[in-house]
Amino acid sequence: MSESTTVIPTVSSAKAASKFPTALVSKISPAKLRDIVLGTCLPILGLVFFLLFWHVGAQHIKTSLGTFPGPKEVVTQWNNLVAEQKDEYAREAAFYERQEKRNAEALKEDPNAEIKVREYNGRPTFFNKIQTSLFTVLSGFILATVIAIPMGIVIGLSQSLYRAFNPVIQIFKPVSPLAWLPLITLVVSSVYVSEDPMFSKSFIISMLTVTLCSMWPTMINTAVGVAGVSKDLINVSRVLRLDWLTHVRKIVIPSSIPMMFTGLRLSLGIAWMVLIAAEMLAQNPGLGKFVWDEFQNGSSDSLGRICVAVLTIGVIGFGLDRTLLAIQGYVNWDKSAVVR
Amino acid sequence: MSELHLEISKVGIDFPTPKGPFCALQDVNLKISKGEFVSLIGHSGCGKSTVLNIVAGLYQATTGGVMLNGREVNEPGPERAVVFQNHSLLPWLTAYQNIELGVKRVFRGKKTKAEMREWIEHNLELVHMTHAMHKRPDEISGGMKQRVGIARALAMEPEILLMDEPFGALDALTRAHLQDSLMEIQTALGNTVIMITHDVDEAVLLSDRIVMMTNGPSATVGEILDVKLARPRNRLELADDPEYNGYRTAVLRFLYEKQKKVEPIAPKRAEKAAEKDSSKQVA
Repeated sequence: MSESTTVIPTVSSAKAASKFPTALVSKISPAKLRDIVLGTCLPILGLVFFLLFWHVGAQHIKTSLGTFPGPKEVVTQWNNLVAEQKDEYAREAAFYERQEKRNAEALKEDPNAEIKVREYNGRPTFFNKIQTSLFTVLSGFILATVIAIPMGIVIGLSQSLYRAFNPVIQIFKPVSPLAWLPLITLVVSSVYVSEDPMFSKSFIISMLTVTLCSMWPTMINTAVGVAGVSKDLINVSRVLRLDWLTHVRKIVIPSSIPMMFTGLRLSLGIAWMVLIAAEMLAQNPGLGKFVWDEFQNGSSDSLGRICVAVLTIGVIGFGLDRTLLAIQGYVNWDKSAVVR
Repeated sequence: MSELHLEISKVGIDFPTPKGPFCALQDVNLKISKGEFVSLIGHSGCGKSTVLNIVAGLYQATTGGVMLNGREVNEPGPERAVVFQNHSLLPWLTAYQNIELGVKRVFRGKKTKAEMREWIEHNLELVHMTHAMHKRPDEISGGMKQRVGIARALAMEPEILLMDEPFGALDALTRAHLQDSLMEIQTALGNTVIMITHDVDEAVLLSDRIVMMTNGPSATVGEILDVKLARPRNRLELADDPEYNGYRTAVLRFLYEKQKKVEPIAPKRAEKAAEKDSSKQVA
């Protein structure tokens, strides 16, 4: 790059240079270069501006737990959380080592000795909580998808069904998770009774809340997509006299995939938002509970740790959306379609 | 050639509009023999496509009816394969898969998998598309898409091939090329064909009979012209042929003298809206 900029002045040397390393530079047109520069610089500039604003603004907010944490304190808390995780790993490893040693000694003394293997039972760390949250949200979202897509297809195929169910969907769509939660909690408590439950109640409650709140956009968008299948393609299907299943599989689903994914992305966004609220109230050991516990804890570190959680929630939400976008790019037949 | 194959008798259709029913077709009568190539020609909006859609079973006639081999036509079916104006290939399937969809439907239980495969490839070969059989519609040109559309229709071994302005969306050179291919295929297979067109040369070159339709509303068959040019026909030789030019003039005279389109824009819109309306109900 530097070479090319130094040789450009004279025409002849520019020509000679264009064969050499300038080839790379000359391929990128000025407009494209500008695009790349702006594309990287502007987001960085925005981020820097935000950090500055945060840093300065935070110093002016005094809370009962001290000054509002700025970026620096939040980084410190992040490091603390990582350190706690490492400690926890070390403790776990030590526990298993001790147990193994104890068992080995017991066997040495008496080969028939009864050996007890216990599982390590540490407190869930921040990162365990992220895992729990992800597992819960995905379970709820997948359940919602499994219900919403078939329903959406059936509703979309029939004008009458669409008319019949649309009011129901529109009524349930705006209901807040906080309104569902007490109902779900009571129903789950009475229905899901088992001596040795596979899943904890708090998990089931959070998951069902996520499902109930997040399935509507997928259902509506799928129905709209299905109802909007091109008339020409439907005529093809009629001329071929395709049976219902082939019609749905070969014509309806492929052409409504873009709308389906629009719905899925909306749904996943809602699911992730709802999950945090649900976990706070249902005490599912995920990020929502983390925030709630820190809030109740009220130490001088709490605010910083909550800020870490807030940023983590944002980053994961973004990551989930991107993942879905990547899946859409893979599933969609129209590879030239711009998905964003 | 004289065997009666398809009979359209007293067909009329009304489309409901907010202002009451709109009569698009009235008293359309036509008899078509096996192996005949018939063109429907007329000004746009005269109901040519509606006739074809009724024969295809996509629309229901309000009055009269269509008989194919003595049976009444009242729903779509693969024995009346349609080549759509805008090809209507499924964009997520390759050329091969598009044809396979119809072949599987028609020959389920009658052909083995290998036979089906051979049959699909044979049909692709007929339209000279073997080289692009694993390409999706967005990867091939408009003319090629229409070729695949024709192959899809032929592969269903239809009793009658319905073509709705099959070459309307193509450039003149590609169109000529495809017309030649179609003539070749029709000579080889002897299909019965109904083709809609607004191209006079295309009509004269391809058809055994040209059915000229009057302007709507209440459009009907105006004149029928027998084209007795010997086959195979060659467009270059025919260009200077007085007989050919005679047919050509006859059609032109019908279209531009007898049925000169005095274009009131508003009713045409009403018809379009009506067609849209009815199509929604059909769908």
